Amino acid sequence: MKVLLMDREQDFDAGAGLADHGEELIQDLALNTLFNAMANGDDFIFSTARSVFLTAHRNSPDTIVYRQNILKDCLRHPTVVRQMYDLAVGLMEGRKRSYWGIFTSYPTSTLSSAVGMLEMYMDYMEKLKNLGDTHARDFVSAGFTRFFTMLRSDLDDTYLVELRRHLRELRFENGVLMSAILGWGNEVTGFTVRKTGEIKGGWWRRWLNQQSPSYTFYIAERDETGAKTIGAIRDRAINPLAEALAQAADHILAFFTTLRTETAFYVGCLNLYERLSRKGEEVCMPVPLPGPARTMRFLSLYDPCLTLTMNEKIIGNDLDGEDRRLFIITGANQGGKSTFLRSIGVSQLMMQCGMFVPALSYTADVCDGIYTHFRRGEDSTIKSGKLDEELGRMNTMADRLTSRSLILFNESFSATNEREGAEIARQIVTALIQRGVKVFFVTHLYPFARDMLTMADQKGLFLRAQRRDDGSRTFRIQEGDPLQTSFGQDVYYEIFGE
Amino acid sequence: MEFPSQAPRWADNSSGEELSSQMSGISVLFHKDQGITQATQSGDLSYFSDLLLDQIVAAVIKNKEAYNLKPFFSAPLSDPEAILFRQQVMKDIEDHSLRDHLSSFSTAMGEVHRCLAALDRIHSRYHRSGWFLEAVTTYIDALVHLAARLMEAPLASRGLQGFRAYLNDYLSSPIFQTLRAGAADLKQALSRVSYCLLVKDSAIKVSRYEGEEDYTSTVEKVFARFKKDTVREHKFKLLPRPSLNHVDAKILDLVACLYPETFASLEDFAKKHHSFVDDTVAAFDREVQFYIAYLDYIDKFRQRGLPFCYPALTKVPEDVFCQDGFDIALAQRLCEGGQTVVVNDFHLSGPERILVVTGPNQGGKTTFARMFGQIHYLANLGCPVPGRVARLVVFDNIFTHFEKEEEMGDLRGKLKDDLVRIHAILSRATGRSIVIMNEIFTSTTLADAVFLARKIMERIIDLDLICVCVTFIDELSTLSEKTVSMVSTVRPDDPAVRTYKIVRRPSDGLSYAITLAKRYGLTYERLLERIKP
Repeated sequence: MKVLLMDREQDFDAGAGLADHGEELIQDLALNTLFNAMANGDDFIFSTARSVFLTAHRNSPDTIVYRQNILKDCLRHPTVVRQMYDLAVGLMEGRKRSYWGIFTSYPTSTLSSAVGMLEMYMDYMEKLKNLGDTHARDFVSAGFTRFFTMLRSDLDDTYLVELRRHLRELRFENGVLMSAILGWGNEVTGFTVRKTGEIKGGWWRRWLNQQSPSYTFYIAERDETGAKTIGAIRDRAINPLAEALAQAADHILAFFTTLRTETAFYVGCLNLYERLSRKGEEVCMPVPLPGPARTMRFLSLYDPCLTLTMNEKIIGNDLDGEDRRLFIITGANQGGKSTFLRSIGVSQLMMQCGMFVPALSYTADVCDGIYTHFRRGEDSTIKSGKLDEELGRMNTMADRLTSRSLILFNESFSATNEREGAEIARQIVTALIQRGVKVFFVTHLYPFARDMLTMADQKGLFLRAQRRDDGSRTFRIQEGDPLQTSFGQDVYYEIFGE
Repeated sequence: MEFPSQAPRWADNSSGEELSSQMSGISVLFHKDQGITQATQSGDLSYFSDLLLDQIVAAVIKNKEAYNLKPFFSAPLSDPEAILFRQQVMKDIEDHSLRDHLSSFSTAMGEVHRCLAALDRIHSRYHRSGWFLEAVTTYIDALVHLAARLMEAPLASRGLQGFRAYLNDYLSSPIFQTLRAGAADLKQALSRVSYCLLVKDSAIKVSRYEGEEDYTSTVEKVFARFKKDTVREHKFKLLPRPSLNHVDAKILDLVACLYPETFASLEDFAKKHHSFVDDTVAAFDREVQFYIAYLDYIDKFRQRGLPFCYPALTKVPEDVFCQDGFDIALAQRLCEGGQTVVVNDFHLSGPERILVVTGPNQGGKTTFARMFGQIHYLANLGCPVPGRVARLVVFDNIFTHFEKEEEMGDLRGKLKDDLVRIHAILSRATGRSIVIMNEIFTSTTLADAVFLARKIMERIIDLDLICVCVTFIDELSTLSEKTVSMVSTVRPDDPAVRTYKIVRRPSDGLSYAITLAKRYGLTYERLLERIKP
């Protein structure tokens, strides 16, 4: 039994394949704000959302659309999805309350706790199955249709009855019958539990009285070694049974664990959707495109992390970046460049997670890696200089970048004089776009921006944070060639009031 | 019924006679009747630790303590013929499949000895005879397999050919044939014994098994529906079950009641064959470990592309060389850390006898000197040595003079101590000895050191022996036609980087300033290379 609500082929593994640079991504794009909104106080949803974001770079357009359809089902029937999540959480908590997990070297006690555990699991399986029986017809996505069909066929009533019967028998109230052979050096070994069968009048007595030769002996009352040995023999015999049950319990637990993780993501999406729509912000299902062509087109894109922390609605930006792979953003200080850059990164990630995006419309190609290289504040723990630190980070990234990557630079390489910084940036960016990497670069390095303008021709798009003539900002980013000033004097005057 | 205690005979006895197996004259370590007494050493192996041979030998014989191999590895041979005898055997065993077969044989023999040694401790008679039968079966299987494998193997060595002939005779002897037939019959009979136990509370009922259905597989099938490929197997570690106590004995006794004839013939068999292990076979088992241990040890170097070769050996110290040699003890450490091992050559041709090694510190000079000694020592054991091709001397002794920590209470002072030790060496060394000196006279002025070193070198030159001298005194390298100058080197473009290459060239005493370190590889050209298209 598999859940398969995150991927057509495989269960979502929250711990595997996380982007190595995840922490930087979270920090630079302020993703924790988003995760908190998704979690709505549930730590597990928070960490699941985090895992989904940090594995988003691995998803194909097909997987993305698969999730989008499931998400649409969720948005139509939020209660059912929340109930499924609650069931999975309930089973996990029930498990924590029991003695399970304390596996001993004594299969006899392991077996009996496994039997008890499985009986509890069966209650949850029946509840889940009933939920499916009631609501399956309302769901249309491929993912949910498969899921509910599987529940119906794998957990049919006859089967559930048979399971309950075996769980009763496995308590071995009439003793254990086993066959054995002579092993190495005439060791008494090779125990296999045999079925005793139901015989009227008590099979134990009947068996004692049968005709073939048999010999019985009893362990003396005070013979502890003897009693232990009998226990050990019994343990050997039933160990495969204990293993089989523990295995079965593990499998069921794994199913519910996956169910919890995968529904947690959708519950997180529901929570976020409710937050944004309460504020009146629009979202849309994006259109993910396969490579190799590079595309980025959107209308009214905003930074969801920013809007979550503000009362008023925020101004969105439009972009038509058909077939472009270099975006240089220049212009006024405090003109919304960083916000714009973050909204690009966050929306690309959200799309690749299979989520809605914060825009009226959004179309972009799917990238196999999303990277940020933001200028950082001075860090006392870093011994090397700031430029050294920046180049070190870039160096690490260069080992991972491929021609299908997206990288966002925010005022990188400006921790040195303008000419040197521009030269470093020029060499790096030229190589990146030549290899096909999609680059967004917010910069004040005018020589660099100007060089790119002359060199990048068709591949580049130049954007500028707007400034009205009176010095006030519109917080809109529009097409525009780089200027030699970033209007820093505006800010100076604002602060000093001269 | 009594069983003799049959622990390996070579428990811990390193006396001379014990080294060679004399009972049938069949040995794979010593040709003819030659034993340890013919080896050159008089027990003085003070160079062992200087050359790190102690580390190497310890690593070679690790996990083979039961065979007591150390005496074999502590006795270099002085006779080129004896060395050749071993080289031939070693070359045969180079063949991996043969080596695997020999290892399996040894494992089996170890098992035989363990079983026999344990018999005294077993109280239940049917368990005891069961263990005995296992020992016999293991022994038979091991020998039959070994003989078959040896027949297939294209053996070129006199040592292994001799043992093969012996083994074939033994296997066709009536004593072995009877043993084999009896064991097989018993095994067959015991494998047909099957029975049921009904365990309830403190009662155990024993009866014949009569086809009752397997319940475990029924349960496994029922629960298989939840199977997922992503979850790993659930296996509990059971504590080993003590199976030789009175309950098991009781069960076994009752099973014997169910099958009386089978158990009676088992008892007879054990009485009849109580002492079955052949002495020559046992001796072979130990001696062959010398080869297996060494070859297994050098495998890990070979896998990393480090060469080993069988050196030619000469009693006359002329034209001695090795190409691509290395210090095994260092290589062992480097390989563990995943680092590269640098190989080095040496060549003494014509009148040349003395390698004078100079150059920057930490440049691999001491390693080079150790390598020279190790390679000679191992060659004289009859082993393949580090290097692609080599011609080496058969020595009568190795003398090393490595810097020692100053000892408290030793009032002679370091310089004097140096001289006393060197004097002792020179008074014992002969033209067939090897002398290795590492950094002598470091505790005096340069002028003194030059004077003393020249004096010592002159004596060494007179002795006409093979010598390696690591020194900071450049002059020593041009002392005579017998000296060869070797220099440890640095990278031409970056003198801070040692190459660990010791090359033959005049000592120049040059030192370089440290140059620029290379940075992050973020230039346009480098990035184009780094990002996968």
